[in-house]
Amino acid sequence: MSNVFVSEQSEAAAAGHPSGRLLEVEDLRVEFRTRDGVAKVINGVTYHVDAGETLAVLGESGSGKSVTAQTIMGILDTPPGFVTGGEIRFHGRDMLKMSAEERRRIRGEGIAMVFQDALSALNPVFTVGFQIAEQFRVRRGMSRGDAKKRAAEMLDQVKIPNAKQRINEYPHQFSGGMRQRVMIAMSLALDPEVLIADEPTTALDVTVQAQIMDLLAELQQERQMGLILITHDLGVVADVADRIAVMYAGRIVEEADVHELYAKPAHPYTLGLLESIPRIDEKGQQLRTIKGLPPSLLRIPSGCPFHPRCPMAQPVCAEKVPPLLQLGPTRASACHFAQDLVSRD
Amino acid sequence: MSDPTSGSLVTTSPGEQPGLVAEAAPAPGAPPQQRDKPRGLLGDAWHDLRRKPIFWIAATFIVLFLLMAIVPQLFTSVDPEHDSNLSRSLVGPGSTGWFGYDLQGQDIYARTIYGARASIIVAVVATLGTVLFGSLVGVIAGFWGGWLDALLSRLADVFFGIPFVLGAIVILFTFNTSNSGRSTVRITTLVIIALVTLTWPVSMRIMRSSVLATKQADYIVAARALGASNTRIIFKHLIPNCLAPVLVYATILVGAFIGAEATLSFLGVGLQSPVISWGVIINESQNYIRVAPYWLLFPAAFLVTAVLSFVMLGEAVREALDPKLR
Repeated sequence: MSNVFVSEQSEAAAAGHPSGRLLEVEDLRVEFRTRDGVAKVINGVTYHVDAGETLAVLGESGSGKSVTAQTIMGILDTPPGFVTGGEIRFHGRDMLKMSAEERRRIRGEGIAMVFQDALSALNPVFTVGFQIAEQFRVRRGMSRGDAKKRAAEMLDQVKIPNAKQRINEYPHQFSGGMRQRVMIAMSLALDPEVLIADEPTTALDVTVQAQIMDLLAELQQERQMGLILITHDLGVVADVADRIAVMYAGRIVEEADVHELYAKPAHPYTLGLLESIPRIDEKGQQLRTIKGLPPSLLRIPSGCPFHPRCPMAQPVCAEKVPPLLQLGPTRASACHFAQDLVSRD
Repeated sequence: MSDPTSGSLVTTSPGEQPGLVAEAAPAPGAPPQQRDKPRGLLGDAWHDLRRKPIFWIAATFIVLFLLMAIVPQLFTSVDPEHDSNLSRSLVGPGSTGWFGYDLQGQDIYARTIYGARASIIVAVVATLGTVLFGSLVGVIAGFWGGWLDALLSRLADVFFGIPFVLGAIVILFTFNTSNSGRSTVRITTLVIIALVTLTWPVSMRIMRSSVLATKQADYIVAARALGASNTRIIFKHLIPNCLAPVLVYATILVGAFIGAEATLSFLGVGLQSPVISWGVIINESQNYIRVAPYWLLFPAAFLVTAVLSFVMLGEAVREALDPKLR
């Protein structure tokens, strides 16, 4: 099985422009050198996203999902963060080997990012219209008037009512949901091919969450961009995502088509996550949880990092790191007993 | 809900600017309107300022002093330099010379009025210099950090460690060789340079610390993630958000510099005789304080008022810009 996976990869690399893959992250490794020691935050993450596709990256806080996104964007704080290995290929070219100037040009136009907290991600001293228009003026060389018109169009596209008036308002004058729409409009202004949304709905209430997710899905369909949706909320991703990558302790532990993953998780961690969603038919019973805490990244457990918390752990789990094995055309799992999990009924 | 800008509230204050009506007159009993006209940081500050009497008092005095500096002819028709008449040497205040006459028989009122110009030019230019240079160094140190920050901060510490008066005396004595053709511009420039050299570390520190705080903000990261260049991030996103504390410091500094210039002139190392400034007049009067106290008192009163006005303005601006004090 592992051989199949490897040969696929090398074929792709040989083709120069690998099979239309828009953005590929391969074996990415990032560590934070802190005073307490070296924290291995990302330990060989591999995922990809194609045009018109939505990949959801799922994981607890500290699983490295946001750090992966920051590394792709090139906004990792260095120090303490250092990329120690791997490749990030955009249109087949390794971004980690590009010059700072080349990478900067990709940001915004090639890959853009939506942040979690729109209020703090918008500059408080400028009107939202100015902030969106700024990109058109600087990157597209538009005149002030044209840029402003385009900014209003962008706000219109993210369905902000009265866009023409509201471009003259400041970020604090928008409500939470509207602010996130502004943030989305801003990241989409330069028509990026890949949009990374880092927990775009976490700061919002549930009804607004759904609206924002719908908006993102719709815009993604319209523009045929690749969307990487980073979240810890299984409910949010179910409707929108095509594929899901589950992260744990800086690794991908399972990657699958969204239906497969929900129907039959191939990793005990995913299973635990799915089971810990509160269900209405179990009202009154104690909520199920995954026992224990996520491991400290300064001391990642030997073998499978999940084994101290895993209900299915065997002696082998503490010794051997399970590789991410391909189980089918669209799914992979990093568990020694993945086959058993999938075939069990 | 009715439209917040519509008529119901207008009755109380028709004279107000239309956009501010909703804010200025909340109807009794009704909750204050949350949605008022869009306004930026400076708009808010201005709105706050215009209701402070202290701001208006300070601003009036400052405008008056600025007028004195720009068009002294408005206040007096007497030539402060060449209209000397020894027959009225040390004549006290009277109906012709309101503030009296000095040793050379020159009109003290006219000299005080004309003195505003040099005092204010020195203070304003030195403030601009201090703020621009200090902020620039502060932004560089705060934004790039690392060894550059360490180097610049230590350099600032060195300049900060020099006692002000001592440092100024050394600088001015070294470069102001008294024979080098007593040019007004030269002396003035030298005083300004001395002031800037000795005070830039303060504005550097203020700017550095606010850059350090703002640099971490999400909107800076977001701007970077959208592909903004460093220059753009610094000038468009960092500086506008770091300006308030330095701006406040600058207003207070103008006052402080007027005083500093007078101090140096009084000590005889600052501006000198062909130039007329409040400090110079006070310096000239120092041997005649018992005989002609008015010679000292009038320019000193102007000096104190000017310093106080700028400091009060700075105070008012600081309160207006600080949302916690609202």
